[in-house]
Amino acid sequence: MIFLFYLLSAIMIFCALLVVFSKNPINNVIYLILCFIAMAGHYILLNAQFLAVVHIIVYTGAIMVLFLFVIMLLNLNKAIIIRKSTVTRISAVVTGGIFFLVLLAATRQTFEIKAKYPFNSEIGLVSGIGKTLFGEFLLPFEISSILFISAMVGAMMFGKKDA
Amino acid sequence: MDFSTLIFKAIFLFIILLVTLVVAMYSTYAERKVAAFMQDRNGPNRAGPFGLLQPLADGLKMFMKEEIIPLTANKYLFILGPSIAMTTALLTGVVIPWGDTLTIGDHVYSLQMADLNIGILYVFAMVSIGVYGIMIGGWASNNKYALLGAIRAASQMISYELAMGMSIIALVLTTGSLSLHDIVAQQHGMHWNVFYQPLGFFIFLICAFAETNRAPFDLPECETELIGGYHTEYSSMKLGFYLFAEYVNMFISSAVIATLYFGGYNMPFIDQLGLSSNAVTFIGMAFFFIKIFAFIFLFMWIRWTLPRFRYDQLMNLGWKGLLPLAIFNILATGTYYFFTSLK
Repeated sequence: MIFLFYLLSAIMIFCALLVVFSKNPINNVIYLILCFIAMAGHYILLNAQFLAVVHIIVYTGAIMVLFLFVIMLLNLNKAIIIRKSTVTRISAVVTGGIFFLVLLAATRQTFEIKAKYPFNSEIGLVSGIGKTLFGEFLLPFEISSILFISAMVGAMMFGKKDA
Repeated sequence: MDFSTLIFKAIFLFIILLVTLVVAMYSTYAERKVAAFMQDRNGPNRAGPFGLLQPLADGLKMFMKEEIIPLTANKYLFILGPSIAMTTALLTGVVIPWGDTLTIGDHVYSLQMADLNIGILYVFAMVSIGVYGIMIGGWASNNKYALLGAIRAASQMISYELAMGMSIIALVLTTGSLSLHDIVAQQHGMHWNVFYQPLGFFIFLICAFAETNRAPFDLPECETELIGGYHTEYSSMKLGFYLFAEYVNMFISSAVIATLYFGGYNMPFIDQLGLSSNAVTFIGMAFFFIKIFAFIFLFMWIRWTLPRFRYDQLMNLGWKGLLPLAIFNILATGTYYFFTSLK
């Protein structure tokens, strides 16, 4: 188990780095897909089979297909090198560094959270998620569905030519 | 999991792989024979008795052909494309319950590789990853016809995945489980889901045709417009993999349809025969394969009967026909179970 964890983590970090450093947009997307698949593997290690499969269906099977689709249609198969001014670069480094600090602070808290909520192996299965969503988080769940519908209607409004 | 189960699983996995490949191989032969029958011809009859060795000859031909990779193609992705198509096609077989339990000595083995509690969704996930095989292959060829074919394939599969998922939701409402093992066990004794979900079955069947890129949904490889579609630039065994993956997909989706809607390995009146449990398992497995072959024949029958859709007809059918119908099916099923559970 622990070996699988390290293997998956290594694949994930390697692919995530290549997403950033690879110059060809198509390769970026493919490494991101690999990264997502490795993440689904992590879900399976946590006994969250439902989350793993939904992750693959939604992110790998739908969203990344659209990403690939757009890149293929735009035919961005040449490596692109974007030159930015020094001010932009420095501010990007500073923002990235601050974000890293926030993440570091957040991971420090995980030990306390882990002590408060012990690991429940049923949490990622269908019944566990269903009971949580339709019990404890019913209102936010329903409100987010309204949000989705409004987003869909909005997308259709943009799609119509004479709107 | 003890050692004997592990050995059994390993052997069983090998048999599944072998059976899948052999059935897919002979589907190519069956397809040509069915086409010949429908067009009043003889079909392949030169290699071996009744042309039975034709698939082997075809396979040999594919291996012997010269392998060409276009100079302008992206080499890694060009090879990756058919590999993904074949791998995802073969991966689905592990969750299908091929039979009930088998008793050897005092051990009871289940004739299903992995009883995931989200079996249906696993099948669905593999189908959605399968798009990449066609998309990556079509793009890497660096050919406008291949790209057009790939884009058509991807948009077709995304569109029909929606209606397929919706028809599965209605099925899950009736069965109350996502595990393929439970779904088959519930259909014991003629309680086949097709009688409870007839509309859902039709939607699922049509979407299965679209997902496997079979006629009348074979626009991605429409030879009159796109030469060969996404595999225009492919030759040798890489082309063979694409063509073969289509037949493997056809076999697997027939198995999934038989499992979900036609009772899987359940055979009516099998309990009255008074046979031992192993004999029941084997007869059930044979009956399951008869159902699968019936669906494979249906796939071929429709291919050689109906003309191909036009692209706008395809999109209209998917988004304006099947999707609303599938949503209506969910609503009707939900309402029915709501009112029956009130009593």
